[in-house]
Amino acid sequence: MDIRIDRRDLLLGLLGSGLAVTAPRVAYARVPDDRRFIFILLRGGMDGLSAVPPVGDRDYAALRGALAIAPVGKADGALGLDDRFGLHPALAPIHGLWSKGELAIVHAAATPYRERSHFDAQNVLETGGNAPSHDGIGWLNRAIGLMRQDGAPRGRDLGLAVNEAAPLVMAGPARVATWAGPGGGAPPTDYLLDAVDRLYADSPRFHAALATARDTRALLAASEDGMAGKEPGQSRLIPVFGGLATLMRAEGGPRIATLEVTGWDTHTGQGAVMGKFGKLLGQFADALAELRRGLGPAWARTVVVAATEFGRTAVPNGTGGTDHGTAGAAFVLGGAVAGGRMIADWPGLSPQRLYQGRDLAPTTDLRGVFAGVLRDHLGLPAADIRRQIFSDAADLAFVPGLTRG
Amino acid sequence: MTREAFIAANRFGLGPRPGEMAALARDPRAALTAQLDAPAPPSDLPDTAGALDIAETSRAMRAAGRKDLDGDGHPDNPAHELYLREVEARFRRCVATTAPLRERLVLFWSNHFTVSVARGRILPLAGVFEREAIAPHVTGRFEDLLRAAALHPAMLDYLDQTRSFGPDSKIGRRRATGLNENLGREILELHTLGVDGGYDQADVIALAEILTGWSVVEGGGGAPRRFGFDADRHQPGDKRLLGTRIREGGAGETGDAFALLARHPSTARHLATKLVRHFVADDPPAEAVERIAALYLRTGGDLRAVSAGLIGLDAAWRDPFAKVKTPWELVVSMARALAHPGADAEIPLVLQRLRQLGQPPFGAPSPAGWPDRADDWLGPDALLRRIDLAGDVARRVGDRIDLGALIRETIAPVTPAPKLRLIEGAGDLASGIAMVFAAPEFQQR
Repeated sequence: MDIRIDRRDLLLGLLGSGLAVTAPRVAYARVPDDRRFIFILLRGGMDGLSAVPPVGDRDYAALRGALAIAPVGKADGALGLDDRFGLHPALAPIHGLWSKGELAIVHAAATPYRERSHFDAQNVLETGGNAPSHDGIGWLNRAIGLMRQDGAPRGRDLGLAVNEAAPLVMAGPARVATWAGPGGGAPPTDYLLDAVDRLYADSPRFHAALATARDTRALLAASEDGMAGKEPGQSRLIPVFGGLATLMRAEGGPRIATLEVTGWDTHTGQGAVMGKFGKLLGQFADALAELRRGLGPAWARTVVVAATEFGRTAVPNGTGGTDHGTAGAAFVLGGAVAGGRMIADWPGLSPQRLYQGRDLAPTTDLRGVFAGVLRDHLGLPAADIRRQIFSDAADLAFVPGLTRG
Repeated sequence: MTREAFIAANRFGLGPRPGEMAALARDPRAALTAQLDAPAPPSDLPDTAGALDIAETSRAMRAAGRKDLDGDGHPDNPAHELYLREVEARFRRCVATTAPLRERLVLFWSNHFTVSVARGRILPLAGVFEREAIAPHVTGRFEDLLRAAALHPAMLDYLDQTRSFGPDSKIGRRRATGLNENLGREILELHTLGVDGGYDQADVIALAEILTGWSVVEGGGGAPRRFGFDADRHQPGDKRLLGTRIREGGAGETGDAFALLARHPSTARHLATKLVRHFVADDPPAEAVERIAALYLRTGGDLRAVSAGLIGLDAAWRDPFAKVKTPWELVVSMARALAHPGADAEIPLVLQRLRQLGQPPFGAPSPAGWPDRADDWLGPDALLRRIDLAGDVARRVGDRIDLGALIRETIAPVTPAPKLRLIEGAGDLASGIAMVFAAPEFQQR
């Protein structure tokens, strides 16, 4: 009981009262030893071909047109990974992890879902099945349930629910704690405001009021950030990632957590280096760097996996963006990661290799990444993972050697 | 058909609950008219005498510097607790009602006869005022509503009538005290004739004199106050109001004066203008105002007939987005759309949001009540807060809501298909729900 209250105070104190809107939801659980696992849901369909551009693929630049990232070494060029892949320049804050061997990237990866609905795709990503499931149980919840059987019951330590529900990936019979910022006070995200503004296109009164309000807010933010010596917009995700890091670093803190970052649904104005996508990616990278900093020595025992429900179309659409696609990229990082390498059975980008002629083709099942981490980092038996966590996935190929074990 | 159901549920309602538009669709006008005859919902909250007891307890605690009433170690604030219970009951009523038009009328007339908790002593009385002085009369005669509202203890207190003494009354002759014109002036300016209704300062004084005597008649010194007519305060003699002689008659003068005012053409025009502005458009069409004013005069101020007349106005069924929802209407309509039971509402949260949106319940800034035009509610910052509210509620309910059903049961009848596709294609479910609530189709009525 006391622990719960302390934690809650800690959370609220750390995260302040003004983060509700952008705050990714946090749900946490413990594992029997001091290993940490964080799963980050990138909701909206992150464009893997922009985040981790295959600049060495001969079809890439022509295919991507205005959205293409320049080759390594060119102005605004990608940050070098290997001879085929680079990182989007906005990911500079985590580029250093690559040479340290603390960052691996999975590419041309997807869930088994092949349609184009965000909600169904997220459902499949989170439940780990072959198709949308309505039993309300996430794969990470099933994993926590298995860990629980191993050791002494630690349910007491899981009980933190401030107000919001766990995301589907964490939801299910194994009790997990949840936290979400106290409601109110924080401004809506740019993503939501952009989306809402599209609804205001035919309502001059609403459109004008929103435009004025956003101008005012940008001015305020610029002056506040200026005083703090930060770039405008930089701080969006940092306090939440930093707060979670402090919690997970603590001796009695959570060992498994999920976070969400929304706003990846870049149908318009995506941009190459600059633009909506680059901005969000930069905020995400800053937040990851903050997570690493905040975890301190615990980073060495941490694996972070960041995945999205689907990639985006390979060819830009008519509005400077990309539409819902199929395969994309996922990040695996942490001090416990055996990184510095690409995990990709690269299908290529020539027209006949694109899935349905429009998307990066999937060659790696994302569940193999999750399964590999569960086995090699969290020590769950492979047979249990097959039978009880990803039971739909016959012959699931575990991605081997993701962690230092 | 469904467009009309949308208008019925929003223009004249509090936003549809699931299934409501389908039920309205058969005959929207008849369904609304039937709502006028719905009984007032029962309440288990204290009546006026009970609320006055609580007011007195609070006052006595303050006077004695006592904070803990029941000795449990926690400070008590019975007046504020009653206020919260009244807000919760009102929210629940509005969210759950199957006769939302009736609640809309209660809100309208309660605002017309504003008593505001902006004056702290009104805190324990505003709720019971709405339930006992307003709600029973919203489909009755305006004259009865006027009497119930103007003479309720909350109004007598709010507009200083308790401090008014006839200069030549028994008490007035003894003490250096006199007339307080506040209630008399506001009845003429706000409640009946309207500011341009053709009265002058002599009429204000005359009505103030007529009203002398309505005050606290017993209590004080720790006993709960009882309100009524105290002849010892009443200004003797005949009065002349709007050119009409009101014969000396103590408390009876008030009835004569109210009858005169309630039947006055200026009152008909003033009320018709406000009603049409509220239910049809910010700039009320003159022809609609004429019709409602004429109906009012023809029926002797029968508010059921007048309300039915509003439903019958063609202008009311033209533009589904003529009005911006007030914050209260917005919050209630969101809860209704989510089929919230209204019972376990997080009232402190609702209150906080309503304050942020500029409309604390029972808290209008002046006796004129809340304004009723889009410009008053849709400033840039206010809109941002409305979107923030939409986003916050969406995150709270996100994984329990079927987005498709939410859209169908709210904005679908009046929203162009490309917009609906934008919402359905939102990057995450919470954003989709937030977009529904932030859409102009949801924010307006």
